[in-house]
Amino acid sequence: MINQDVDVAVIGSGPAGLAAAVSAKQHGTGRVVILDRNSWLGGILPQCIHDGFGVEETGESMTGPEYAEKYIAMAEQQNIEVMNETMVLQFDRKREIIAVNKKGIYKIKAKSIVLAMGCREKTRWSAMIPGDRPSGIFTAGVAQAFINLYNLMPGKNVVILGSGDVGLIMARRLKFEGANVLGVVEILPYASGLPRNVVQCLDDYDIPLFLNHTVTSIEGRNRLEQITIAQVDKNMNPVLGTEKQIKCDTLLLSLGLIPENELSKNADIEIDEITGGPVVDQNLETTLKGVFACGNCLQVYDIVDMLALDAKRAGKNAAKLTTTKKRKTGIQFVPGAGVRYVVPQKVTEGGTTQLTLRAEKPGEVSTLRVIVNDKELFKKKLPWVNPANMIKVDVDIPSEVIKSGQSLEVTIND
Amino acid sequence: MKNFHVAIIGGGVIGSSIAWELSKYKLDVVVFEKGSDVASETSKANSGVIHSGINSPPSSLKARYCVEGNKILQSLANELGFPLQWVGKYVIAKNEEETKELERLKKVGIDNGVPGLEIKNGTEVTEPNVSCFAALWVPTAGIVSPYKFTMALAENAAENNVKFLLEAKVTNLKKQKDGFIIKTSKGDFQSPLIVNAAGLNCREIVSMVEEPDFQVYPCRGEYLVLDKKHSSLLNSMIYPVPPKELGVLGIHITPTIEGNILLGPSAEFIDNAENKKTTREMMKNLLNEAKEIIPAIPDKAVINAYSGIRCKLASPEDGGWADYRIEESKQTSGLISLLGIESPGLTGAPAIAKEVARMISQSIELKSKDNFKFARTKRKRFSEMSAKEQSDLIKKDERWGRIVCRCEQITEREVIDALSNPLGAKTLSSVKYRCRAGMGRCQGGFCTQHIVRIMEEQFNMDVKNIKLRSPDSNLFYGRTREVRDD
Repeated sequence: MINQDVDVAVIGSGPAGLAAAVSAKQHGTGRVVILDRNSWLGGILPQCIHDGFGVEETGESMTGPEYAEKYIAMAEQQNIEVMNETMVLQFDRKREIIAVNKKGIYKIKAKSIVLAMGCREKTRWSAMIPGDRPSGIFTAGVAQAFINLYNLMPGKNVVILGSGDVGLIMARRLKFEGANVLGVVEILPYASGLPRNVVQCLDDYDIPLFLNHTVTSIEGRNRLEQITIAQVDKNMNPVLGTEKQIKCDTLLLSLGLIPENELSKNADIEIDEITGGPVVDQNLETTLKGVFACGNCLQVYDIVDMLALDAKRAGKNAAKLTTTKKRKTGIQFVPGAGVRYVVPQKVTEGGTTQLTLRAEKPGEVSTLRVIVNDKELFKKKLPWVNPANMIKVDVDIPSEVIKSGQSLEVTIND
Repeated sequence: MKNFHVAIIGGGVIGSSIAWELSKYKLDVVVFEKGSDVASETSKANSGVIHSGINSPPSSLKARYCVEGNKILQSLANELGFPLQWVGKYVIAKNEEETKELERLKKVGIDNGVPGLEIKNGTEVTEPNVSCFAALWVPTAGIVSPYKFTMALAENAAENNVKFLLEAKVTNLKKQKDGFIIKTSKGDFQSPLIVNAAGLNCREIVSMVEEPDFQVYPCRGEYLVLDKKHSSLLNSMIYPVPPKELGVLGIHITPTIEGNILLGPSAEFIDNAENKKTTREMMKNLLNEAKEIIPAIPDKAVINAYSGIRCKLASPEDGGWADYRIEESKQTSGLISLLGIESPGLTGAPAIAKEVARMISQSIELKSKDNFKFARTKRKRFSEMSAKEQSDLIKKDERWGRIVCRCEQITEREVIDALSNPLGAKTLSSVKYRCRAGMGRCQGGFCTQHIVRIMEEQFNMDVKNIKLRSPDSNLFYGRTREVRDD
């Protein structure tokens, strides 16, 4: 066992981990170490070769690899230590991390930990798609890695199920590589990816989007040969008689992302069932003292800019050991009508608190309200809402409200 | 043309058991398997249950081989290093009426020589998530990983010089005076003895040399696999009282060696033995029926679904039950066929193999090999080792320190060992079934790319030959861009 003592240990070197580490260092902490499973830094960024990264954060539009490079350079400059090809096996409430790499097994004692493990893609079975089990079924991110990192062509005639951003981006990417992209199938009445991606990745290339449809069967004994799609009713059940067969050799799945929190769960950190990420307070501290969460393992973000800004806060708080007196005075944020979830899930001190949240469904002009004890604490008009676009607001919460112990309800009404 | 003493058609658990049994003797044995690996059909897709012998009528071959196989399996597991657990099973009765059926099963079991059977009332059942009126406790029922079991047999047989030809489909058999000419997709071979262990294709093989006197009725069974995190829902297997028709055991809940829980199988006679599709209706059905037994099963626990096809010799009209047929053809001497080996075939396989060896000994003298070697002793997974064991291995080979599959914590070295198997099986599934990489909750989302890289870099595989499971299941259509050499 190789023993180490560090000030801040960051688990994951994707955009969140990098931003958190850089920020931790900037806020004057001593030894910062990033632990990452891959042989490279940047997590998923190196395979995201499309542009649009960093616009809101820096004003400059970069590709994923460029955006990663920017942070990697900062990390190098600040002498942040990196342990690559290093898998964290567990950590505990004493913030002792057990990790493994080719040099051996490590026990790393950290004053604080930043969780930045990212997320994974939902599989065929999360949507319970019946049929054969041929080759040619990939999650969109895996197909993206094959094409952009490994120079491998996973398909020729492709259908994409799910209109998440990765799926939309991959529709265009496959088209660029000469594949025949036959359509994107989405079970909801609206696309689940960003509107700009629907326009730039599908509309611009005449790729059809089948809304209110799903894949009802997969056929092919060896390689995929055909899928069946059908319209769905209000309860998402396929409508008999609307089935349509599509011959294809590849089905990409873009069914959504699940925060990776196996480590957090093993450490008994409380998880929000809706976000899939740890329950955090306004400092992004989890229910375990000294353990902070950021990035897609906290909640699935739609753009990297907002993710990085939050991650920097997590890094700063980890550096300053901004722990709060827990559970004694904290009050809850409760998602009310029209709101799917709110992060942070609780707040322990009065003052300006940044909320990130998602709407339940798309809508026109709406009003966001924060209500405590039937009284309106905060109100903001929104020109439109879409579940694909995360909403971010700063809300002033008076100390008396915290002391009252009442929970804060967040609602979005037309 | 290469000549063998014995040619086995089919690398399922039956063919592999026979190959292993014969590998103890001074014989040239070949196995033709049409898939890209052994256990690629029914032997892979079943409940992985070691049956006790309470379900087959006394004096049937099913009962005999099941009980005999059950007794052999523990020593076989020790010799070959595959995991096995005697978790026991409860057959549960929902009401007094069904309790009578428990009594009947108990009597059948006792007649078959099954020890330790006990009828318990509902409160004595040691499964907190199951409520029932009464249950038959079957302590000699166990679980095994059906593909690991088959692979262990086949790999050890291969290490003892049995030749396994994968992706070798037998296309024709010709009986000549001194034996058979066997035409396969991998060339022609000769052998005086054929063992037809082709499972669902057993009739097709027989019909190459004579008119078969039987029909095969494929009966599909669908399963759902639950995420390991729900493994604490049960300790033993839970079976309902068997349904009256179809000659099957009903939808049951089975823990697996790996910690996932299986729900299933359904029973549905189908026209085409290759129709292994899962269906929306059955997936729903399985979950509903399983929830009747264990209401605590969550809706979103499923991480995979599959189906396997039973090889039945009786039609549904005839009740779906028929005994095994293990016999040398009267018309075509030298053709030994194993017909209708459905459940409890996995349990019976080692005993069936001994019987086939006995049959073969009547035409060829079986002399024991002096240099027969048992498999390496069971090796723990990296994730099951102590930190000290892990550290020591990493010092010897740094590839032990590189985790490839994050969900199951499988190392690069374990993937390389899986790809170095003595059968030469090199599909993604071959890796998955040997070391579990890709079998966790992300179902290969992260590790597939790393395994592909290992296949390319360390095994020099052409990307177009990288397959998921079967001979034509390519993953890629080549490079997106060709690399120029200059």
